[in-house]
Amino acid sequence: MTIDNIIIWFQSWLPNARIAPLYVAAVLIAALAIFLVMAVNALVAVYAERKISAFMQDRVGPMGQGPGLHAGKWGLLQTVADTIKLILKEDIIPKAADKKLFIIAPFIVFLGAFIALAALPWGPTLIAADMNIGLFYILAVSSFGVIGIIFAAWSSDNKWSLFGGMRSAAQIISYEIPAALSLVAVLLLAGTLSMQGIVANQSGTVWGFLPNWNIFNNPFTFLAFFIYFIAGVAETNRTPFDIPEAESELVAGFHTEYSGMRWAFFFLSEYGNMLVVAGVAVVAFLGGWQSPIDGIMQGPLWGLIWFLLKMTVVILIMIWWRWTFPRLRVDQLMNVAWKVLLPIALFNLFGTAIWTLTIG
Amino acid sequence: MINLVFWFFVILIVLSAFSVVLNKNLIYAAISLLLTFLGIAALYVFLWADFMAGTQVLIYIGGILILLLFGIMLTHKITSVKISHTSVQKGIGGAVVLVLFIGLLWMIKITPWKMESAMEPEQTVNTIGTLLMTDFLLPFEVASVLLLGALIGAAVLARKES
Repeated sequence: MTIDNIIIWFQSWLPNARIAPLYVAAVLIAALAIFLVMAVNALVAVYAERKISAFMQDRVGPMGQGPGLHAGKWGLLQTVADTIKLILKEDIIPKAADKKLFIIAPFIVFLGAFIALAALPWGPTLIAADMNIGLFYILAVSSFGVIGIIFAAWSSDNKWSLFGGMRSAAQIISYEIPAALSLVAVLLLAGTLSMQGIVANQSGTVWGFLPNWNIFNNPFTFLAFFIYFIAGVAETNRTPFDIPEAESELVAGFHTEYSGMRWAFFFLSEYGNMLVVAGVAVVAFLGGWQSPIDGIMQGPLWGLIWFLLKMTVVILIMIWWRWTFPRLRVDQLMNVAWKVLLPIALFNLFGTAIWTLTIG
Repeated sequence: MINLVFWFFVILIVLSAFSVVLNKNLIYAAISLLLTFLGIAALYVFLWADFMAGTQVLIYIGGILILLLFGIMLTHKITSVKISHTSVQKGIGGAVVLVLFIGLLWMIKITPWKMESAMEPEQTVNTIGTLLMTDFLLPFEVASVLLLGALIGAAVLARKES
């Protein structure tokens, strides 16, 4: 279901209508769907994160036993209650802050995650826009997030915010390079930048039993997956790469001064970014909506189910990492990006090229 | 509809470019630059140059603008610096601008522009890749050597003397 399909569907109902309003309506529908996915993802992932962290730290997590507003069985409604609280909270803008920038910054960060999701294929036919340059588009628009974080950091007029923003921008820019290089290795195999094209290229099997996903295609892409995943987690500013908001050093980093709804938008986009990184990892390396067993359980609905399942696994691994690894120091972080991941990614790219020319 | 969107972006580019030049606050000038870059990326989309549009966003917004913002924000009390907007020799300057403007208008008017209605290309990235590896290999390699030189230079400058 692309935007074009929605327009054609509209036209079958209203044959005489002009194309422009139909186009706007179709885009709005797609945008609403993406926003809903982001919101539901944040609700579920926050709950999962709290429960899993509780499990790992031998606690029970949200249980909803308190008086007053009851948070449901096993605390299932905890994130819903939190969301309502965030909406009702007072919106504080510091006196010294640059008001205009302070107000728009969360929305720019949100925009980065939001428009990247438009190019993610949720199934064989379910994608908002199957662009020729899909993967490249996602890499490009993720830079809006950095701009938004810098605006938020600077406009807060707070030293913790500024430190956090600077660290965040330096980190995201650095880790973009190994991430992009490991994705280029995938492009060598797929020969296209279109997200659906990359997924379609991963059908069939290798050695007769493994699915022909890029991660299993050759040893170099196997390594490339891990480089992308590490760099991707770093781009989402999550532990072990969360020095931009390191609580013990910087209070809360670039969103120290934010409260209420604006803070919620930062949160929403952080979980949206997880979705983007997990989605790109699944599309580029884990076969997207392809079934793990060749030839069975295929089709649009199965495709959606497989895609969501793979995304869930990748996001759960991110959560698992967050509660397992200690935080890296700033210099360690930069060392990992430039002295470890970048050389391996370059070597990988070279290796994949040789492999495709000779064996593949 | 297409026309409306096109003119929206054209006006956005021109207004934001004015704002870049005229804004007294450096940060706001940088934000205006963001809008200018975005508008130009949109113009590339109108030309069916989707890869160019992506490159525009990735390099100019994701790279150059962020570096600019870094420079601005790490400079001590940069916002208290008032950028001077006093101008001297308004008469001669105005005359030169007028002559330039008329010259450019005249040039645009008399040039026989090649007007063609092209079809939307099936593949843009493949064509660009093939051309870079065949017809434009030398400029491509020269550019990469230039960038490598810049990279080494930056590393040398940033290195502390031991």
